[in-house]
Amino acid sequence: MNPHLVDADARRFAALGDPTRLQVFALISRSPLSVTEVAAQLPVSRPAVSQHLKVLADAGLVQVESVGTRNLYRPDPDGVATLRDFIDSLWDVGLARFKLQAEKVARQRAAAERKTRGTR
Amino acid sequence: MNHPSSQPAAGPVVRKSVVVAAPLAVTFEVFTSQIESWWPMASHHIGDADCSAVVIEPRAGGRWYERGVDGVECVWGRVLVWDAPRRVVLLWQLSAQFRFDPAIHTEVDVRFVAVDAQTTRVELEHRGLEAYGADAVAMHQAFSSPTGWNGMLEHFAQVAGRARASTSTP
Repeated sequence: MNPHLVDADARRFAALGDPTRLQVFALISRSPLSVTEVAAQLPVSRPAVSQHLKVLADAGLVQVESVGTRNLYRPDPDGVATLRDFIDSLWDVGLARFKLQAEKVARQRAAAERKTRGTR
Repeated sequence: MNHPSSQPAAGPVVRKSVVVAAPLAVTFEVFTSQIESWWPMASHHIGDADCSAVVIEPRAGGRWYERGVDGVECVWGRVLVWDAPRRVVLLWQLSAQFRFDPAIHTEVDVRFVAVDAQTTRVELEHRGLEAYGADAVAMHQAFSSPTGWNGMLEHFAQVAGRARASTSTP
């Protein structure tokens, strides 16, 4: 582990990389839910769910919407889009490089094959 | 086939396709057994040492890991589906900071379709990205760091400048 990274980033991850919070986020990603509904699906108390949702909301990941007397939580599309866009760029570059490499290997193989045939 | 990837994707998904002027078998081989030749390794490896290879064990349940020049192996995830040379589904368990995190469960589903004997279309879907939800703040902060994602994206842009026009998003 790179100690410089661990120092600052690990603290952030300790705060943000909570498995229960990921589960909460996954649940509301499927359909908007109230705190009570989330708590019913996880072995977690309602106050704990509220706290997780607050952290997610502070991170710009979750929106709350009042429907009648219920507060429903759903993913904030802007926060989630940033993450999606990053992975998107990652694959743009990865696949562009992959294409160049696969075509290079294919040309080398074809040339080697021609050479083998030619020397026969 | 009964595996997690048979579930419909919920949440954010990245889909890409690229047409490669190479036969199906070569395309599959370069993707799965020569990852280090095309993955932007300089900034995207998780071990301390420089990466010497990225290994996908060629079977369902196989490991997916990088090996550093120091011999240390760092896990990226594992193989969910192995159907050479047509399809591979990988469980990608790297956090937003490119560290192994068992709580992260995203899937990279790659299909290889022969357009003709010398041409292959690669269709890639990276799904389950909601797993990165809790990393959003860390990523936002890292974006503004010169050694963080910003620097990496600049590196990407330089590399991709040569070939980016040849990829497309369907």
